Amino acid sequence: MILIDADVVTLSRLQFALTALYHFLFVPLTLGLVWMLAIMESVYVMTGREVWKRMVQFWGVLFGINFAMGVATGVTMEFQFGMNWAYYSHYVGDIFGAPLAIEGLMAFFLEATLIGVFFMGWERISRIKHLLVTWFLALATSLSALWILIANAWMQHPVGSEFNPATMRMEVTSFSEVFFNPVAQEKFVHTVSAGYVLGAMFVLSISAWYLLRGRNVDFARRSMTVAASFGLAAALSVVVLGDASGYTVSLNQKMKMAAIEAMWHTEPAPAAFTLFGIPDVEQRTTHFAVKIPWVMGLIGTRSLDETMPGIAELVDAAKGRIGNGIQAYDAMLMLRQDKDNVQAKATLATHDKDLGYALLLKKYVDDPRQATPADIQKAADSTIPNVPVLFWAFRIMVGCGFYFIALFAFSFWKASTRTLDSQRWYLRLALWSLPLPWIAIELGWIVAEYGRQPWAIEGVLPTALGVSSVSAGQVLASLGGFVFFYTALAIVDVFLMLKFVRKGPDGLGIWPPAIAAMPSGQH
Amino acid sequence: MFDYATLRVIWWALLGTLLIGFAIMDGFDFGVAGLLKVLGRDNEERKVLLEGIEPTWEGNQVWFIVAGGATFAAWPMLYAVSFSGMYFAIALVLLALILRPVGFNFRGKIHDPRWASLWDWVLTGSGLAVMLVAGIAFGNLFLGLPFRFDDDLRMNWHGGFIDLLHPFALLCGLVSLGMLLAHGACFAALKADHAIAVRAVAIARWTTLVFAVLYVLAGVWLAYGIPGFAITGPVVTEGVSNPLYKQVVHGSSWFAGYMQYPWFWAAPLLALASAVGVQALVGRRSVTGFIASSLMVGSTIASAGFALFPFLLPSSLDPRSSLTVWDASSSRGTLQLMLLATLVLLPIVILYTSWVYRVMRGRVTLEQVRKAHGGY
Repeated sequence: MILIDADVVTLSRLQFALTALYHFLFVPLTLGLVWMLAIMESVYVMTGREVWKRMVQFWGVLFGINFAMGVATGVTMEFQFGMNWAYYSHYVGDIFGAPLAIEGLMAFFLEATLIGVFFMGWERISRIKHLLVTWFLALATSLSALWILIANAWMQHPVGSEFNPATMRMEVTSFSEVFFNPVAQEKFVHTVSAGYVLGAMFVLSISAWYLLRGRNVDFARRSMTVAASFGLAAALSVVVLGDASGYTVSLNQKMKMAAIEAMWHTEPAPAAFTLFGIPDVEQRTTHFAVKIPWVMGLIGTRSLDETMPGIAELVDAAKGRIGNGIQAYDAMLMLRQDKDNVQAKATLATHDKDLGYALLLKKYVDDPRQATPADIQKAADSTIPNVPVLFWAFRIMVGCGFYFIALFAFSFWKASTRTLDSQRWYLRLALWSLPLPWIAIELGWIVAEYGRQPWAIEGVLPTALGVSSVSAGQVLASLGGFVFFYTALAIVDVFLMLKFVRKGPDGLGIWPPAIAAMPSGQH
Repeated sequence: MFDYATLRVIWWALLGTLLIGFAIMDGFDFGVAGLLKVLGRDNEERKVLLEGIEPTWEGNQVWFIVAGGATFAAWPMLYAVSFSGMYFAIALVLLALILRPVGFNFRGKIHDPRWASLWDWVLTGSGLAVMLVAGIAFGNLFLGLPFRFDDDLRMNWHGGFIDLLHPFALLCGLVSLGMLLAHGACFAALKADHAIAVRAVAIARWTTLVFAVLYVLAGVWLAYGIPGFAITGPVVTEGVSNPLYKQVVHGSSWFAGYMQYPWFWAAPLLALASAVGVQALVGRRSVTGFIASSLMVGSTIASAGFALFPFLLPSSLDPRSSLTVWDASSSRGTLQLMLLATLVLLPIVILYTSWVYRVMRGRVTLEQVRKAHGGY
């Protein structure tokens, strides 16, 4: 038995969270912006109007900068599972590795191969072919998200797999269950919609800035119109499908749901939704709660008579599962001595779904079979994620979502009535709303992933057990490297983005055509 | 479909294919980047070189991502042990790969010679680092790596970055460097303006020669100075993926496989024949010269893989913990599904990649680069 260093766990988690949150600043923008490019280029090919091509080229410059950052920071994610989560990689690679590999083969290859032609192929292929390249680029980015979210959904809701004591890992029993995981589908639509909202907001806000300055007016108006319509559809979808996602979470991750709602105890159905309040972890209560009756029960169960379990009841249930898990753990050790032990096989088969709960004890005691009732209580309590963080992250995210619907609906109305630049307060509002989708998206990641703690794989593998046998010094060094290089890259990225936004289509000679110097070929 | 043992051999071959695909496709990008300051004497010449690889390098790098992903899926223990064990070496490669996409994209975004020069150095450095570290890591496979498993199959590693720098491993690093610089030079001879291509031809000849000499040297060293690993007792090819069920001895010969299967010799012979081919062809027929250097890269890696078979990652600390083709794979179901996915998707990838190379074909000339100062 090799003891796990608590510092390694903390540092590895910190590094993963920082690099994932950083990567997730760029990916959603790529996801959304590429569809805006596809729409603009479609209009260009259909109408033949040059301005639409120039729009693709201008927004394409910003897209390119962001794309490079997304690719660069994405490599980290793939490396990190092996570098810092070696036991995780061994324990679940049989299932988790497949969607990642297929993502590379099916989506990332396509995306990365076409990006060069997108930028440098304008003069080399026909309009229709270039449009197809852009469409495939857009499809590939969303497809990439699909496979990554299939992998992630399995961490939230591990279906189609079972524990194999001979190989000490989870092995696949049904890939169709893994690929058609209901959590994956809802996560996919919710996440890509969030990306589309960000892409639309990016174009809307920057165009609003041009209108405020009276620069690139027709260019900006057209861009805003595309952004408003695309953004409205995306914002509606992100909220409606986010709600569907909430329903799935409440079915599969009851503890995460209870933590988001700071629902300390089971309430009579249908449960009330706490609009506001101050969750108190010590007292296990929520002060100053403002509740809306019935709403939570409706969202969570789609019924009026089903109850939703509270945190205290879920901790009790966890205690029961830990007890079963200890039996499974004992059977696993017996099978290691004698792989044909019939009785041990039967015990493991009955309780293997709870084996992960016994592993929670490893934090407190070397051998889970030696755990005292106090250890079991501690392990059961450790299944509660950070309630105040989840409570607030979720509410701010949802608040942003409703705001996006309102803003894009208003923008859509203004675009339809051709009054986009009639009111300066609206343009300022559109400009200053730019950071909000990023905030909502990062909070969404926190709700989904921080809310999954203490599990790496829900109910199967505690996060703390997933780490590599590396030293805290090694992780600290790599973490320091990431902080240094990522900060440097962030500065360059923001600098270049601002530089090209300030220059604008006019300053870059992209539009109007009178001063257009070079048609294309460069980016 | 296939039995477990066959699937494991197929996946060993596929892992090799993906690595060779990476080395051939991305190898010349690294090679050109490594030679950037040598081949390109001023900013315009370096632009010519970079524009030659710019439209396609990103797709090429996905070979690495996919090789990594496929290792995760098909050989999870290999992925877990190598990436966490060689922590700093992998971190160095990762840093190089992080800086490449931004380097290519950001270099031309500000018109200042210092800015361009900064990114030239970043691209050169990252190219050299990846070529060297990849070779050093491969060399260490022959020496065995210091790890062992406990009964939970949790891996423990006893060593640091410095321990990877054994003279034999360093020699392998130089073999890799010479090989990929030659490959990059062959690509530059094919793609860049004639003024630069002439220089590339000379460098390709030199580096190929250096590669061939070092390659033979490494082979001799491997035969006489580096003990091999061998499974003792019955070799169970259909067993469960648990390395601890076998016995391994450290002290045999890495050429045992070559003695058992004489056709293995085709790989090193082809590598040397291709090196001769590069010498003969690179100056006259640049396309054929590039094909020769690609063969050289592919057969060199294959020759190393053959010598290691059936080992993937031998352990010098606890030979029994060594990862082999027979006990480090995924379950049969995963190997089967991943094979299906690869058989369907990889031909499609090759199809559209060829299309892109066809669209972007032709030399990049100095004149083109001078003309295209669009600024964005």
